Amino acid sequence: MSDWPLWEVFVRSRGGMAHRHVGSVHAPDAEIALRHARDTYTRRMEGVSLWVVPSASITASDPGQDEAMFDPAVDKVYRHPTFYTIPEDVKHI
Amino acid sequence: MASTPPIDLPSHATGAGAFDTPALDEGGALFEYLLRLGDDSLILGQRLSEWCGHAASVEVDLSLANVALDLIGQATHFLGHAGKVEGKGRDGDALAFRRDVLDFRNCLLVEQPNGDFGRTMARQFLFSTWQRLLFRQLLGSTDELIAGVAEKAVKEVTYHQELSGEWIIRLGDGTEESRRRIEDGLAWNWRFIPELFEMDDLAAFMAERGIGADLAGFRADFDAVVSAVLAEATLEPPPDQRPILGGRRGHHSEHLGHLLCTMQFLPRTYPDSTW
Repeated sequence: MSDWPLWEVFVRSRGGMAHRHVGSVHAPDAEIALRHARDTYTRRMEGVSLWVVPSASITASDPGQDEAMFDPAVDKVYRHPTFYTIPEDVKHI
Repeated sequence: MASTPPIDLPSHATGAGAFDTPALDEGGALFEYLLRLGDDSLILGQRLSEWCGHAASVEVDLSLANVALDLIGQATHFLGHAGKVEGKGRDGDALAFRRDVLDFRNCLLVEQPNGDFGRTMARQFLFSTWQRLLFRQLLGSTDELIAGVAEKAVKEVTYHQELSGEWIIRLGDGTEESRRRIEDGLAWNWRFIPELFEMDDLAAFMAERGIGADLAGFRADFDAVVSAVLAEATLEPPPDQRPILGGRRGHHSEHLGHLLCTMQFLPRTYPDSTW
């Protein structure tokens, strides 16, 4: 329905994982949005938990400001914690 | 003049009125009972599939298709089991696609046309409320397959019941048009409720053996759930109408034959084709 608001959908794929954005649904209210999210995004066992958030509540960065926002990080690879030697018996890093 | 031999009645028939009352034996009754369970799910699953590509939004389209697939999955289990119980080499597909209309045992509610979204949701809510209570009771069935399917399906049906209940509430307590449509939908489907609770000889026979459900046992629960949802939807229950019965004995509305034409066309035209 064109007059239904848009909701952003977040799915937790399994316990302990963070909810990840997977897409959006139209729905008249939050309860139906959850059901639409369930039927649209978790019908193949993709998740164990769902969040829906009104798309209007999301404040997004301005694509026109990309250079100022993101370019300064480009030449600062040392911010990646990849310069350490990890002992072999340390798992799940 | 040579005497003409009498027309042979089927061995299970008992003379006058035999069309309606086959004699009951354990195997035959179980077969019939499984057809009732399986055909309810199959026919409603097929009906809901007709919405595919036609709902008002892709989300509603998917939600209806999901319910349809759950129901067809239930039908696959029940009809497959029915075929084994019958022991004549028919599998679930043969029972679904090569039976004619008089041999279907679904209730009349599930074969009713979709109408608009209000009528579809009214039908779904009444059926799923009933089926949820039915499957809860069938969890204790002495037939292992029935109990097993009920255990899996009761979760699905709980969702169907909640989803359709949410829509009843929103349509009833929505706009003037949505309210009119759900009122019409409930009024249309209301006369098919008594059949859901009909305890005929077969139903009683199965219930006595602990295989089938005692339908009367959850009528009060059904009424309470329906009343609560209608109250939240600010709707009055429609006035009781003259009940229509007969689906369990193969006396169907005209609509079922048309549904079967669509559903059975492909397997009847290209038997045993695979892809």
